[in-house]
Order: sequence, then structure tokens, then C-alpha cells
Amino acid sequence: MNGNVIISPGAWLAPAVDWLNMNFRPLFAFIGLVIESTLGGINALLLSMPPYALVALSVVFALLLANRRIAVLVAAAMGFCYIAGLWQATVQTVTLVTISVVISVAIAFPLGVVASRVRMVEAGLRPVLDVMQTVPPWVYLIPAVIVFSLGSVPAIIATVIYGVPPMLRLTTLAFKQVPKDLLELGQAIGATRQAILVKIELPAAMPTLLVGLNQCILLSLAMVVLAGLVGAGGLGAEVTRGLTRMEMGVGLRAGLAIVAVAIVLDRLSRGAILRHRTAKAG
Amino acid sequence: MTTVSSSEVLIDCQSVWKVFGDNAPAAIKAISERGLTKTAVLQEFNCVVGVSEASLQVRRGEIFCIMGLSGSGKSTLIRLLNRLIMPSLGKVIVKGRDIATLNAAELRQMRARHIGMVFQSVALLPHRTVLENAAFGLEVQGIPAAERNRTAERALAKVGLSDWLKRYPGELSGGMQQRVGLARAIASDPEIILMDEPFSALDPLIRRQLQDEFRQLTKDLGKSAVFITHDLDEAIRIGDRIAIMKDGLIIQVGTAEEIILRPADPYVAQFVAGISRLHLVKAHSVMIPVAEFQRTSPNIDILSLLRTNPEADIDELITLTMMSDRDAVAVVDDDAIVGIVTTRGLLRSVSDGHTAELAPA
Repeated sequence: MNGNVIISPGAWLAPAVDWLNMNFRPLFAFIGLVIESTLGGINALLLSMPPYALVALSVVFALLLANRRIAVLVAAAMGFCYIAGLWQATVQTVTLVTISVVISVAIAFPLGVVASRVRMVEAGLRPVLDVMQTVPPWVYLIPAVIVFSLGSVPAIIATVIYGVPPMLRLTTLAFKQVPKDLLELGQAIGATRQAILVKIELPAAMPTLLVGLNQCILLSLAMVVLAGLVGAGGLGAEVTRGLTRMEMGVGLRAGLAIVAVAIVLDRLSRGAILRHRTAKAG
Repeated sequence: MTTVSSSEVLIDCQSVWKVFGDNAPAAIKAISERGLTKTAVLQEFNCVVGVSEASLQVRRGEIFCIMGLSGSGKSTLIRLLNRLIMPSLGKVIVKGRDIATLNAAELRQMRARHIGMVFQSVALLPHRTVLENAAFGLEVQGIPAAERNRTAERALAKVGLSDWLKRYPGELSGGMQQRVGLARAIASDPEIILMDEPFSALDPLIRRQLQDEFRQLTKDLGKSAVFITHDLDEAIRIGDRIAIMKDGLIIQVGTAEEIILRPADPYVAQFVAGISRLHLVKAHSVMIPVAEFQRTSPNIDILSLLRTNPEADIDELITLTMMSDRDAVAVVDDDAIVGIVTTRGLLRSVSDGHTAELAPA
């Protein structure tokens, strides 16, 4: 690894990663176990359902969240993944994305709220987020693999690192955009801080938060696919297989399935945003 | 103007200052020790004085208007009354308690129960229905849904919005939105309502209608209100008493009649110059003593004059004068003639600018 690192930070970071790896082995093992078993559980549950049931469920979801047009699109995209013979890989990828996004949001949302209130925190986070977003994503895979070894866990860790910045930035923006007069209203009617957060700020911030979620989902998908390189499984693994064997057909099929998954995830989350806006307008 | 029935003081503002800026603590020290002026504070400490040395009392049942142009500090002053802004110096006493000493829970309680507020921007929550908006204050107080909805429905009925409960704010006109804001404020049944330029953004006809309705509603419910406006006409229409602010200072406090007849300085005089006196100036301000009338018009028997009461306005006095063949009207209080309004006095009272001299001391 040292051979590739030209600038000094690596010289500092590599021992740090090694040190963490040596001293916190049980902790990392535990984190790995939790993530892996959750992943396995969700995967098993989704795959235990017949594909058409899952497609039907997604269509209902799309109808509730968005509209009929998007429901048709979702059915077509998922149908393609099934026909292409990539059903299992697709489900794996969606599971990976889901878990990564949940973890990203759990990290990014509270930090984003704090950053929107405390200027020092925002100023401190900004360079960190800049680095996280500009470093080529597969660089994260290196320490993740050192610590968690090959498989889906380092993939999720790297994906979370990649998915946190957009969610965090947009959370901060969303909460800063809450109209001052609404906050003043909350104070003037004697609401507690929690009540102001839950009943005033959160609904007002929701459209921007959903945009952040949309970004987080799509970037996570990109990273999860890339993580096929470290044996994360799913559609990324298919792409990697196509690449290593120079099989155009395998790579293309997996590539198109990824596009289909991206369309489904994007349209569903965007449908939620639009639904929220129209509800607002009445 | 209705007279204030009770003299109980609900809000007592005692020499309150608000200084904004990084050097505010030093500036405040200098103000209390050396009595600096607003300009001196700006020059010496680079601090903006929002409100300086403001003292006022709001009594129970009274509508107290604070009139000033933008930048006069009126919005800062009203926010000092419910501690949305903490005073730099001086005391704000609400219902006998210095609100600077309240802890967080007590302050929330005070705001939730005793001081309602209506905003210029209305501040309705767009994703909630009219009913949910009106019930919002009660909701954060933890009142169960059924009860708070009943109360909010009653409040909405008072502002004439019973048919709009399930609509969203976006479907309502500006005037209707502001009614929802008012309903939300009265739903918690506070004794004091703070109105921060609530009608400024509305078109003139709707504004007038809401002004009248607001005054009527406040009086019917027996509430006290502090009403901020940049429009002297509005202040006169709504207020029992009016405070005029300029550059953070309260220049004058008084009834509309007092301010019009005796403007405290040229600034106020300039403001009141354009105001019609017909309904504001009362008989007791334009009448001359009986003795003086008898000296100037010895031939007229004062008992033969038409009679009126001291609260009759100029408009009524003109009508009475026209009905009589005499040039004067007797002002009667408690069956005794307390003064005489002459045609000459009437003419002088309606002409702008010179009324100050004729007002009795």
C-alpha cells in the first residue's frame, strides 16, 4: 500500500489504521457481525418472496409514494432485472444500498442539525466533507478492507463514507432554510425545543431533506456497485466478473440492471419529494 | 375611544434598553454610568441601539398602539415584552413578574398562557390545515386533540372562518390567513395579545375591515393588546392609547386626541398634520369656559343653547350647531354646563396645525 502513497498523509494514516485494527479488533468484529447478519436477514427475507410478489409490493409502494406512471416504470425496471437473470444480484444490491443509506442518514442527520445551529461545527465539518467527497471513492475501500476484510461489510462502510456528505450538507441547508418567523412563532407560543424541532423545523425542512436522501441513495448505489471489487456481491460483482473475464454480455446486462435499479430508487424518492410539495400546496 | 375600565397594569416596561452589537455589554455599562445617547453609543462602541429608555404601561382591557416608521425600534420593543429579545437594561414586568427572572419552563408557560402573538408574516404552517394551525398553540401545550380542536373551532368561528377548517393556508387570501393567525392567538385565551404589524401587508379595504373586527373582538373578549403599526391612521382607529416611536425612543404616549391636539415635538406634529380631526377631537377639548363666553357674548342666554356631552366629537358638534339658530352649543356634564363650544372654536379645531394653542391647559 505504501508504494502507491506519494504524499505524507498516508504515512500517518496507514499506521493509524493498523493500530485501530490491532487494538479494536473485537469492536470491528462486532460491527461487522451486526452489519452482516442484518444484511443477510433482509436479503433472505426479500429472496424468500417470489419475485412477482416483490415487484407487486414495489408497485403498490410506487402508487402510494408517487403516481401511476412511476408505478409502471418501476414494474418495467424490476421486470427487466428479473428477465436478465439478475434477480438475486439485484436484491442484494438494493439491500446493500438500503442498509448503507439507513446508516448514512443516522450519522448525517443529527450532525447536519447540529451543524445548522452551531457555526463552529459547520466550519469544522466543511473541510472534512470536502475531502470525503473529492477523494476517489475506491480509496475508502482500502482501509475498510484492512479493517473488515473482504465482503459486504467494507463495502457498506465505504458506501456510508461516500453517502454521508450529501445528506449532511443538505440537512444543514434544510434546517438553515426554515423561515425565521416560524421559529419565532414556536418560541412565542411557548413550545419546547423538541416541539419546535419536530413540529415546525422538520416539516419545513422536509422537501430539502428528501432531496438529500435522493442524493444519498443514488451516490450509495454508485459506491455499492464499485464495491463489487472487494467482493460485496450483488450487481457490482457481476460487473466485476464481466470486467475480469472480458465478457461484454455479462458486463452490459449487469450495467443495464444497475440503470434499472437507479431509475427505480430515484423515481421513488423523487416521487416522495413531489408528493410532499403538492400536499403543501393543498 | 372607550375609557379603560380597570387601571390594573398588565405590562409595565421600565426604562428598557436594547443594544445590538459585539460590544453591547461595554456599551450598556457606558449607558448606565455615563448616560450616553444613541448616536454616541454608535460612534463609540459601534453598537446599534434598538430601543432606548422605553417606559410604558399597558392596562387591562386596553389596546395600546406603538406607532413608528421602519427602524424606529417598534418591532424590537414588542419582542422585549415576551422576551423573544432579552432587554439589555431595564425591566419588563408582565402580570407582576419581571420576565427576565423567569426560567425556561416558566417563560414557556407565560408565553403559552398569558401572551399571544400575531405576526406580520402570519407564520402559518403550510402543511397543516386551518384548524390544525389554529390549534397549534394548544397542541404544543399538550392539550388532547378533541379538546384543542373544539377550542380552535370556536376561535375560528369568532374570526368568521368556520367554513374553512379543512383547507390549507395556501388556499386562503392574505386577509383570511391573518384571521387564522388571530384565531391561533386567541385560542390559548391569553390576557395579552401582541400584534406585530399584522395588517400591514393587506390591501386597504381588507385592512380596514380587519382593524374594526380586531378592535371589536378584543373588546368583546376583554383582552389587552399591544399593536405595532407604521400607520398613524391605523393606530388611531384601533388604539385606546398610542405611543409614538422614533429612533428607538418613545416620543409621546397618549390618546389619539391628546397626540393630535398636543404633539410633543415637530416630528409628531408633522405626522398628525394630515389626520382628520372630525372624529378625534372632543367637545371638552374645544369648549371655552362659561365665564369667558358670557364676557364675549353677553346677549346670549346659555340656558337657551342646545346641549351635548363632553365626549361629543367635532362632527356631532357641527351637526348640532347647524340645527340651532345660535352660534354656540353648551357642553353639559352631570347636569351642569361645564363649557361652551362656539362656531369660532369649532372652525379653529378643524384647521390643521394651530389647535395646540386653543386646547385648555
